[in-house]
Amino acid sequence: MKESKTKIKGSKSTKAFNVICYTVVSIAAMVCLLPFIILVSGSFSSEQAIRFEGYGLLPKEFTTAAYELIFKVPQTVIKAYGISIFITAVGTIFGLILIAMTAYVISRKDFKYRNVFSFFFYFTTLFNGGMVCTYIFYIQYLHLKDSLWALILPGMFNVFYLLIMRTFVSAIPTALIESAKIDGAGEFRTFFSVILPLLKSGMATIGMFLALGYWNDWYNAMLYINSEDKYPLQYMLYSLLQKAQALANIAGQASIPVADLPSNSLKMAMAVVATGPIILVYPFVQKYFVKGITIGSVKG
Amino acid sequence: MGTHVKNITQEVKKNKALFVMLAPAVVIVLIFMYLPMSGLVVAFKNYRYDLGVFGSEWNGLANFAYMFNSGTGWLITRNTILYNVLNLITSQLISIVIAIFITEINKKHFQKVTQSIIFLPYFISWVIVGVFVYNIFNYETGMLNTLLTSLGLEKINAYSKPGLWPFIICAFNSWKWCGYNSVIYIAAITGVDAEIYEAASIDGANIFQRIRYITVPCIKPTIITMLLLQVGRILRGDFEMFYQIVGNNGQLFNATDVIDTYVFRSLLQNSNIGMTAAASLYQSVLCLIIILIVNRVVKKIDEDYALF
Repeated sequence: MKESKTKIKGSKSTKAFNVICYTVVSIAAMVCLLPFIILVSGSFSSEQAIRFEGYGLLPKEFTTAAYELIFKVPQTVIKAYGISIFITAVGTIFGLILIAMTAYVISRKDFKYRNVFSFFFYFTTLFNGGMVCTYIFYIQYLHLKDSLWALILPGMFNVFYLLIMRTFVSAIPTALIESAKIDGAGEFRTFFSVILPLLKSGMATIGMFLALGYWNDWYNAMLYINSEDKYPLQYMLYSLLQKAQALANIAGQASIPVADLPSNSLKMAMAVVATGPIILVYPFVQKYFVKGITIGSVKG
Repeated sequence: MGTHVKNITQEVKKNKALFVMLAPAVVIVLIFMYLPMSGLVVAFKNYRYDLGVFGSEWNGLANFAYMFNSGTGWLITRNTILYNVLNLITSQLISIVIAIFITEINKKHFQKVTQSIIFLPYFISWVIVGVFVYNIFNYETGMLNTLLTSLGLEKINAYSKPGLWPFIICAFNSWKWCGYNSVIYIAAITGVDAEIYEAASIDGANIFQRIRYITVPCIKPTIITMLLLQVGRILRGDFEMFYQIVGNNGQLFNATDVIDTYVFRSLLQNSNIGMTAAASLYQSVLCLIIILIVNRVVKKIDEDYALF
């Protein structure tokens, strides 16, 4: 495909097309990047400059005051990081084993009820109880209010991931399972020492999706978590934004000089602190997401 | 019936280990997905917290009647459908265009870097997107007003202009999902047989013709699958997106309230749980019906495109 293109390079329409092509893609990339630049520059701007000149592409009156303020009392941030890392690690590890095991069973051709169970899982994507019923049930009957389990358990199993994992499992030749059986390995032994090692790339792919989901979750925390010391990072950021907003409103109403309160740059700095790890890691792991998305778009 | 039960017990005996392996997922899905569905009976009840889901009194279809008579039901249904249609068209269209352009770029390095950047918004939480929206549109310090002031124009208070928000929401939805969706289309385009393109250029087709007559027809199955998946969700609002972009801003509710945000707000205010459950049930049932109908129709036209 690429060679043929270089061959006919030089024709007028190709040249015109190339110009459009590079322009559109560059603009799209810029639009995607711009908010992040504004965010970072805002976090390094002085409160005064933001108040009077607004946000810009470059830091105005460069200062690290907002970051200093965050790390003056680092307990809140560290605690929230700890909670996020904990739920991400626990949820991802258990979720992975759960999904891999389930995918393995429902892709076993000799398992008679695999379609029944597949439907049992798939149906939840077609019909569900919705937010209210789920909320009432979790609180009143499962007593998950203010429990970290409310952040871990609901996100652990996902039908979309199950289907992707099933595709990975199907790629493993059934002869391997049979020969393991002939060698006298039980089902568990077969799964853990024959199948699982061959599922590395599938596990990496689904692991990434699970981890990203847990890391970015604020919704479950908003519904179920009350105590501030159990807030995961994203929800801590959210509640801080709300508080800063409320504070600014009150200060404004009481005509207290808001400029003394670095709420704007603080918000930006906090957002940077909460997003930083993802932005640093994503260039290295995006290939797993590309793989998972590609497989997921082709129905299994 | 008797033989059926015998078959099952036989199967369980034969594949005991496999059933044990399935058990954790079955239990989790049962507890966290299926059992909460029983709460939907609240839609037909006058819910009282102290009496619980099953102790509250029945009140027939009163919750549904109230929801639609108050006008809320129609409003949130209309908003949900309009937003989904608008988001579906814009985000898919933009993703397809971006995917075609990215695959046509022949500088590998540029291609890789731009694709990564366009993929970036997918990785951040909606909380951060909310921060961006605030950075751009807030009255005092937002980018938009900074720009308008520097051009000598008057400031805009976007948060009191409901008419603007469909565009804002649509723009941010496309922004967030463009990278994700274009990954799918890029995979579809790179899967097209290179020989077809070669044959076309030998026959003198220019780049526009090749895209029009080869690329687009070849990714049509992918486009249709994507559309079908979205049509099945036409009554589901993306709660995280709406909540983070709009927040609890009463002035904008008429223009931005979807079923999911309405349900959440009622839950928050702990008011009229019965009606809220009615909205949820109505949403879930309609969604199920739509998916079944669409799937049936698609199956009749072309078996390969059916979802299940």
